[in-house]
Amino acid sequence: MNLLLKLLSFTGLALTVVPSVLVFNDVLAFDMHTTLMAVGMILWFGSSPFWMKEKKL
Amino acid sequence: MNRDLLNRIESRLNRTDEYEREPVPESKLKGWRAFLGMYAGEHTAGTEFVIGALFVAHGVSAVDLVLGLIVGNFLAVLSWAFLCAPIAVKTKLTLYWQLRKICGGNLANIYNIVNAIMFCFLAGAMITVAATAVGLPFNIPMPELDDWLPTSIGWIATVFVVGTVITIVAIAGYDYVARFANISFPWMFLVFVAAALAVLPGLGVTSAADFWPVAKERIWTGEPLAGLTRFTFWHVVFFAWFANMAMHIGMSDMSILRFAKKWQMGFSSAAGMFFGHFFAWISSGILMAAAAGAVAPGMIAYNSAGIAGAVCVVIAGWTTANPTIYRAGLAFQAVTPDWKRWKVTLFTGLFTTIIACFPALVMNLLGFVALYGLVLMPMGAVIFMDVMLFNKLNLTSNYAEKKGISFNIAAGLTWFLTLTLCLFINLHFGVEIFFLGLPGWFIAVLLYIILSKLLQRSHQPIEYPK
Repeated sequence: MNLLLKLLSFTGLALTVVPSVLVFNDVLAFDMHTTLMAVGMILWFGSSPFWMKEKKL
Repeated sequence: MNRDLLNRIESRLNRTDEYEREPVPESKLKGWRAFLGMYAGEHTAGTEFVIGALFVAHGVSAVDLVLGLIVGNFLAVLSWAFLCAPIAVKTKLTLYWQLRKICGGNLANIYNIVNAIMFCFLAGAMITVAATAVGLPFNIPMPELDDWLPTSIGWIATVFVVGTVITIVAIAGYDYVARFANISFPWMFLVFVAAALAVLPGLGVTSAADFWPVAKERIWTGEPLAGLTRFTFWHVVFFAWFANMAMHIGMSDMSILRFAKKWQMGFSSAAGMFFGHFFAWISSGILMAAAAGAVAPGMIAYNSAGIAGAVCVVIAGWTTANPTIYRAGLAFQAVTPDWKRWKVTLFTGLFTTIIACFPALVMNLLGFVALYGLVLMPMGAVIFMDVMLFNKLNLTSNYAEKKGISFNIAAGLTWFLTLTLCLFINLHFGVEIFFLGLPGWFIAVLLYIILSKLLQRSHQPIEYPK
């Protein structure tokens, strides 16, 4: 389960940054870049809180 | 809501007192990861969207910006590691309770009020930044560079919604703040980078080789906007160094670093400096150039990264406003010891939200940040001397506590005279506020030693012959 959550989180981060590289290289349209970033955001915040544990003070 | 539920909420909130008035116990100390996450999150914040853009507006050149940020941020990390962290680890107290021992209750209270008000202004700027993004879907007119007063009822309502949410999270305690900052940082940092990368083709950069020429000719041109002074390499160095002067040299991060297992954890501030105050400032400069001079962070981020950009601005403002309101709450609580922390934080959040309605603060953020560090710096110098060097100078440390006085005149005069002399240097010699912190620290150190010698000599007990 943890592995799946981490996979989702890192997919979210990849969708945040990789589309901008593709826009920079003129491979991807700007609108698709913003859509993919939104998907990446949902994946990151939907999965990272469940495995990024923090020791209590 | 029944009475049981209200009692449970009250009881839960009262349990969030976090060793404000006593040394942190060994079992509660934290490791590197907590501080790296905290610093990275706190310094990749909403204000980075504004500061990077204001550097562009002040006409800094590309070379001056990059070199100035490297040098200035390095000096800031050294200040955290060699000034603030050793004292925090040694005393394990918050700044406010350490000051009480040195300065006495009355002077510490005056300092705490000034400190807390400054923190409220800073947190207010973060809330303003977050509100520029929250207001986007409602077509609320955003403030411009020359706006000082609230621009509409819609703007005020937006600020209040953001301020309320941030205050509720701050009330829940530092644990929640650190956790939220930890989770948000990796994504937030990548949004800064991705947004800047995606707008570069619009500025004429289509390969890595194009970046530097475009940076010099279209982004950091060396030409300030009308009415603004031109920033040099030295402005960038001193701004980057002193942007968080209140926190490192001014010692307010004792509140955070008292949880550190060892002083070397002060170096974890590098995560904040080089991710936030280097890459994020550079990114926001690029975004401003791409937005043809617009300064409202929400709009800039939305234009370059869509919904994710706007959400990033909200979260970036949030993760910095939270610890700042938390610190302000601690400062106010020292003045109102009978109040529970959650009540103090609630009122702090309300005051901060009212301040956030005025865009003047954000539009003059560089000057305010420099002023805020300068005003609080002399007491940081007092704490450093008192804790680290007073015994070696044959002076009594924690003088107020040992003598049972409520106002240490040596510390009070050091604070007042240092700021007066800094004002004199500013007015008479024309030295800009960004540079005053350095001479000011040495003035404060000298004054505190001399005045303490005089005070402690006059307070020596008279010894009569047997």
